Amino acid sequence: MKLLTHNMMKSHCKGVVNGFPLKLSSTQVEVKEVEFNADFITRMLERLEWGALVDAASQLGVADGLPEMAPSSGKEVEEEEDVLRKIHHVLLEVEITEGELECPETGRKFPIKNGIPDMRLNEDE
Amino acid sequence: WKQWYQRRVRVEDVDRFSNPKISLEQYPTDPHLAANVLYTIQSGYGDIEGRSIVELGAGCGILSIGCVMLGAEHVTALEVDGDAVEDLTENLSEFEIENVDVVQCDITSPSSLFREHCFDTAIMNPPFGTKNNEGIDMEFLDRALCLCRGAVYSFHKTSTRDFITRRMEGMGYHVAVLAEMKFSIPQMYKMHRQREVLVAVDFIRVSRDPT
Repeated sequence: MKLLTHNMMKSHCKGVVNGFPLKLSSTQVEVKEVEFNADFITRMLERLEWGALVDAASQLGVADGLPEMAPSSGKEVEEEEDVLRKIHHVLLEVEITEGELECPETGRKFPIKNGIPDMRLNEDE
Repeated sequence: WKQWYQRRVRVEDVDRFSNPKISLEQYPTDPHLAANVLYTIQSGYGDIEGRSIVELGAGCGILSIGCVMLGAEHVTALEVDGDAVEDLTENLSEFEIENVDVVQCDITSPSSLFREHCFDTAIMNPPFGTKNNEGIDMEFLDRALCLCRGAVYSFHKTSTRDFITRRMEGMGYHVAVLAEMKFSIPQMYKMHRQREVLVAVDFIRVSRDPT
């Protein structure tokens, strides 16, 4: 599971008001090179919840070089290729292979095995 | 590209459902059909290359794999059945596919697992609602529109075309029937008395823009 995906996910437990972001813990992480596409990263910027991304990246020890504030998509960003590459690395090149996601309100845990989070709920949840 | 895709994804090579479940209406999407529809989506609308894609009910992953081969930047494959997830994972590995995140979840859960409109394009071959799950294809459609900000590409029984079109247009969307076809659903389940069942199916595009 990549950090791009984690940034888009929220808790779907019954009755939860603000289930974002899911708490992330990892026991195994892999880094795999992925081809950089500046346009794609630029387009994704406005969809990201920046604080949650920085927190998750810090948790995994890969937040070095990430700006604290979200870069605004604009001319400055187009020129700052290293920033985009850093964001690309964090979003798409870090794979959580074993770990856990946790609902911030209910504490319900969801396992991540072999890179795949199992988010299935029981009937009463 | 179609021929290249069909050569790469030969019917024999893609792991079919190892343990198909009748209640989930599981059958693999024919690779020839997959090649045609994916090519149409990209050449007609440019909705795959460079895009972030979500596939609802990914099954063995034939559509997700095809999207990556067509240059999708990232694909998120949603699938509820653990056996299908294993088949999907094997296929991703066999075809050396990167950039697909699999999330095991129930698409019809009341609350969405994702923030709204995070993906560019949604693609799916949903269950048709023939196994005590009537209306499930509409649930898939509703969820797909919630997940993506662009177009939804999906298959639905031709017999439901008018209903779907009226409902979607009532919600402010545009519906285009891109192709009509017959789905041949092979005798995967003992209950099928014939060797295969033919169902008239529409391949549709639901969008927010009037193109």
